[in-house]
Order: sequence, then C-alpha cells, then structure tokens
Amino acid sequence: MTLSSATAGAALVGADAVPAPSGPELRRLYELMVAVRHLDTSAVAWQRQGLIPGYAPELGQEAAQVGSGFAVDLERDFVFPTYREMGVARAMGVDMVGYMSTHKATWHGGMYDPVASRMAPIQAVVAGSVLHAVGWAHGQTLNVVRENSVQGNQSDEIPDRQSAEPLGVAVAYFGDGASSQGDVHEAMNFAAVMKAPVVFFTQNNGWAISVPTEKQVAGGSVAARAAGYGIPALQIDGNDVAAVLMAMRQALAHCRAGNGPVLIEAMTYRRGPHSTSDDPGRYRTLEAERQDAGADPISRLREKLLAEGLADQEFFDSALAAAKVEEEEIRAGMASLDSRPGSEMFDFVFQESTPALAEQARRWREETEHV
Amino acid sequence: MSNSPTDEVIIHSSDLETAQHNVAAAHPEADAAAQGVPGIDGPPSAAPDGVQELPEAGGSARAGRQAATVSMQQALNHALAEILAADPKALVLGEDVGVLGGVFRITDKLQARFGAARVFDTPLAESGILGMSVGLAMAGFHPIPEVQFDGFAYPAVNQIICQVARMNYRSRGTMPMPITLRVPSFGGIRAPEHHGESLEALFAHVPGLKVVSPSSPQEAYSQLKYAASLPDPVIFMEPKSRYWQKGEVMFDDDGVQPGTAGAPFTEAAVREKTAAAAGQNPNLGSKVVRPGKHLTLVAWGAMVARCLTVAELAAEDGIEVEVLDLRWLKPLDAAGLAASVNKTRRAVVVHEAPLSAGLGAEVAALITQQCFGTLRAPVERVTGFDVPYPSGDLEDEYIPNIDRILFGIQRVLEYRRG
Repeated sequence: MTLSSATAGAALVGADAVPAPSGPELRRLYELMVAVRHLDTSAVAWQRQGLIPGYAPELGQEAAQVGSGFAVDLERDFVFPTYREMGVARAMGVDMVGYMSTHKATWHGGMYDPVASRMAPIQAVVAGSVLHAVGWAHGQTLNVVRENSVQGNQSDEIPDRQSAEPLGVAVAYFGDGASSQGDVHEAMNFAAVMKAPVVFFTQNNGWAISVPTEKQVAGGSVAARAAGYGIPALQIDGNDVAAVLMAMRQALAHCRAGNGPVLIEAMTYRRGPHSTSDDPGRYRTLEAERQDAGADPISRLREKLLAEGLADQEFFDSALAAAKVEEEEIRAGMASLDSRPGSEMFDFVFQESTPALAEQARRWREETEHV
Repeated sequence: MSNSPTDEVIIHSSDLETAQHNVAAAHPEADAAAQGVPGIDGPPSAAPDGVQELPEAGGSARAGRQAATVSMQQALNHALAEILAADPKALVLGEDVGVLGGVFRITDKLQARFGAARVFDTPLAESGILGMSVGLAMAGFHPIPEVQFDGFAYPAVNQIICQVARMNYRSRGTMPMPITLRVPSFGGIRAPEHHGESLEALFAHVPGLKVVSPSSPQEAYSQLKYAASLPDPVIFMEPKSRYWQKGEVMFDDDGVQPGTAGAPFTEAAVREKTAAAAGQNPNLGSKVVRPGKHLTLVAWGAMVARCLTVAELAAEDGIEVEVLDLRWLKPLDAAGLAASVNKTRRAVVVHEAPLSAGLGAEVAALITQQCFGTLRAPVERVTGFDVPYPSGDLEDEYIPNIDRILFGIQRVLEYRRG
C-alpha cells in the first residue's frame, strides 16, 4: 500500500487511528469493482448497440471510484460527482438505472433521488460542483452553530469544532483537467478559510480528453497545489483500492473532527476513450496506453486477496457471475425506461411557475399533443 | 468632508456619509430630493413632513405596522433584518457584508445583531460566492448573497446560469434553489468601469431565474422580503443611484414568512402555490405609479423616478403620461402592459441598458402582440446605446435623460401612418 504525503503542507489529524481495510471489506471491494467493470464495458456495448446514445467510460478507475465511494457515510456525508462517477455511485448503492439514465438522455441529472442517495445530480460542467461541496460542507458547520445556540450557547460565532458532534463531510470529485478551472481554486481557498469539511477527491487519470497531465497541470501535481491553501494533501496510488479506502477514511476523519478540508490526488489511468464519441488513436498509441496504464487495478486486488489467503477462484467466479446478473437487470431497466413526458420540460423550471411559462406549456400541449 | 474629484469614486469608504455624498455630488438633484426638496428625479410622493423616527438601522423589533420616511438603503437594511429574524435558515454572505456592512451599507449592523455565522464575509471571488450559495441551498439554507456591483456578477455568470438557475430542474425539483442574489445595479454614480452595468436582459433570458428591480424605498422593502420568501432564485437588482433617496415605507408588523426552502416538490404543492400567487399578491406584476391617458412610459429601477419627472413636465403641455413601473423583469407582466397600453394606445420603454436585444425589445413585442389593433404608433425605445458603459464624465450622455425621453414621447405622439 502506497500512501505518501505529497506536500510539505499541513498534516492530517488523527490519521494513525484509522484502521486498514479488513479481509471482508477487501472481498466486498473486489465484488464491487468487478460489478463496476462489467457494467462499464457493457455500457460501451449498449452504445454500440443503440440502447444509449453515449457514455463516458471509467475503465481503469475502478479502484479510485469504488474505494472512495465505499468510505462515504451515507447517514451524514454528501457526494458531488462529475459525469464519470459510475463506480462511486455503485459503491454508494445509488439506483443504477436511475444513474445510467443520464446516458440514455432521459434526464440530465439522472433519475435517481439525489437527496436520498446522498449524491448530487450528475454534473456536466467541468468543476461545476466543487464549490457546491464547499457550500454544503459549510452548512454542516453552521448547523452545529445553530444547535449550540438552541442549547443556550449565546455565541453565534463558529465554535471550536474539536468538542462538537462529528460533522457530515462533502466529497467533491473532479479530474486533472478540472483542476485547471478557477472554480476549483476558489473552492479550495473558501474551504480552507472557512475550515469547511470537504474532501477534494481528484482522480488524475492522465488525460483531459486529448491533453495529457504534463500539459495540463503545472507545479508537479494537483496535490502540490493544496500547500498553497494550507490544506493537507495525499497523493496516492489510485489503482490500489486498499490505499484509496485508507486515504479516504483518514481524510474523512480529519474533516469530521472539524480540522478543515483535505485534498486527495488518486493517480490512475483512463484506459478507455473520454467518451464513446472519442478516438484516442488520434492522440496516443496502444503501446503507450499499455505502458502508462500499469497493472489492472482489479488484477492487483485479486493477487492481493490470493496472497493474503482472503479469497479463492470460486469467489472470483461468483463475483463475476453476480456482476453479469446485475448488469442484465440494469440493462433490462434501461431498455424499459421510457422518455419523460414533455410536460416535465416545464414542470421543474421553478418551484413556483410563472404565468408566462404556464402559457408556453399550454401552447406546447395544444400544438404538440392536440389537447 | 472634502469635495475633491477623488472622493467621487471612493465608494469603498468606511464613512456612510461619503457614499451619500458621492451620490449627491454626482446628482445634485438626488441630494435635493433626499433633503425633501423637489428635484429632477425626486419622487412626487416624497413626504418631507411628518417624518417618523425609524428604529436604529440594523433593525430592532417593532410593534405593529408603522410608516416612516426612509432611504432605500435603510429600507433594504430593515428588510434584511426582518428576514434574518423571521427565517432561521436565511444567511447573508458576500464581500464586505460583515463588519463593514457592505460598501453601500445595505447590510449595516446585521452581523452585530445576527452573528458572524449568519452574516459573513467571503473571500473575494464571485463565482465562489454563488457556487457556495448553491451548496448552502442544497444543505437546506436560504442564502442571500450580495455581489458588490453589477459588473462583478460577470465572474459568477457560469455558476448563476449553469447551476443556480438549473439545479431545481436538474434535480427534478428535489433540490430547490431559494437564493436571492442582491446586485447593486445600473449607473449614475460616477463609479469606475463595470460599476454601472444593466444586466437585466442577460438574466431575464436565463430559464430558471426570476428578476426584479425596485424603484422606491417601499418597493425595495416589500420586494426584497417577498423575493426572499420565494423557493426559486431571484436576481434582485437594486438601483444604486437611488439608495439615498427617501420615501415613505409602510413596514410590516411581523417578520417575513419563512421560506419554503427544502420543501419537497409535489404537483399539488405547486398548484396550491400558483393558485395563491394568482390571487391579489401586491408584490407581483407591474404597478401604475402615475395614471395618464395619452401615452404609457414603461420603466424599472432608477428610470421610474426619471419617468415620473418627465410626466410632470409633459403635463405642463397637456400630455397625460401614464408611468408603469414594470417591477418584475422576469416574469414580465404581459397583462399589466396590455391593460395600460390598450388604454393609452401609445408606449415608450425606457431603460439604461444598451438598445439591441435589450429588455425593451421584449416589452415592445409583448405590447405589439397584445395591443396591435389599438396602437396608434410603433412602440418607441429610449435606452442606453450599444457601447460599453462609458466613464463617469459621459454617463449623462448615455443614460436616458429627460430630454431624450421627451423626444421619444414626441416621436410617438407625432407618428402618422403611411
């Protein structure tokens, strides 16, 4: 397991107390990674077959996504995804037909319930949701302030967090490409100034569509930037699921205790295209791909499980069989997923609609549905 | 207080009087109106006599409905205090809104009264302020962010358009965005570049946003409280050149209704709210602020007072001008426009923003569509020009002035078919 602090910045608090993943946890992580891999490669096939118009594969990022999503506390944390977070969603138990429906062009944000799922709607704007994570996280701090004032503490100032209840933590996902966006820097600065409980989880998968990390990220790494904001950072082997889970748990513990934000840069590799419309042959060779991708994260976990005597071939076979059953169910759900009624274009623009919009909806109904 | 040219642009001063002085220096008539002396743009309804002492700024508790003559700045300050007192989820955030009380003092003393957790300064980054507000709304809060000047909203436009305006839609109504974004707007105070912009057409074009601009202290007070009670995002455009103009305000006897932030979306709930809104809500739609029968002047924000002055002058020539304060720029009050123009049969729209693709075009289209049979002349627009907002020395050449509005009225009145 490789867990190296990338910066000379602030250190994580309480990291030593976080236990390493247990045997049963590693077996569960394997099952999830296999399910995610199978669904991911199937989704590319669905696109080729015409079931869905497009998909953004996460092939090769299973350890980074499953390991981090697995660590989230579904009772109190909240996740802010991009458009390439299927593995995180699966690890968190999000309804997968609801999640994948965004790729069927059913609804931009997906059909899952973001509030109940503890996962914000799928975000198409690169770095768009990173600031939302900061706002949500600061809200958790404010909730504690309010509880304190209800309990007779007259101070409206942000209290010393060490003595208060554990905080819910926001997890902001973004990539190496998104790290170039100003919003990410504003978010890190805001979070650090306000000591907001945010885990900035960067998956550095080597490529922002066609532009490699070395042409994207100055200063050596995304993690290195955290030092400028006084944020502790961990640059980790994002293809080692145990390392990802461990780092994530350390980061969550740090945030939960009121010590402010943490940045994790999980070094991984986008083995597939940016999307089903992309042609990586125009910017990288297969030979370079094989060399740069390194060992398959699922193979690595399999070897670890075998070496530690935690699993055997029968377990691996049953995990794959379960993944196939699961994919068939999701595929069936996708196939039977109807388009939303056109009236929903108008229904969700506002909580309280306007006369002008109601008139447009009436005109649409009259001229389109002839009623 | 010195009166050097430098003072005219120091709006970050910690001295409240300096800000008032700047407006006065730029607009002597504004100062006159503030003193209760009828000036060019002085509201005809201004009541210099019988001024009641208003509770201290920052808003202390009042008993019963109470009228007082206050500036728009004071009216907004009291509205915010009442919102914060009544709605425990309400938060005020932005640049310098805390200890300083905002560069225009709209948030004066609010932090002292409500604490640094509920009224707080953010780092100087507008995208951050709006993006953070989205997350706070997701966490069940009711953010009232301030963007310090109109032009400072540009760095936040990505968050406003792609996130604030769409999160309710994207989440299928499960994540409402009860965000009221206050933007000191429009020109007229001799301020530096991008401190005098009119952004209403940009925001009104964005699905998911509601846009309102008050014209008087009463409108400022009532509309801010109403906007903050809505479960949808509202861009609240404050006419900064009118901040120090006084007018009578009838204050509410109780706090604002707590917002419905976080309320689950149901079709029934929306039907209920829409039905309630369709009733006699005094805050919705446009408002005739001066009746007339020959022509309708349509305006909002700072241009309403100017149009009232124009109407006074036109009356001396026997022309009875109706002045319609549009108030809500999204949604536009189509019925209110039709009612007025079907009566007067002529209309001139006045705004500070550039002409092309300005909101005046939308207003003209709505009038033409509804009143084509009764119109005596094409709808005229008197607006800013299609140029970058000019430096202070040229400001009065750019903003529609009394003469230009009178010329617009003349063109409409003298129009002959064929």
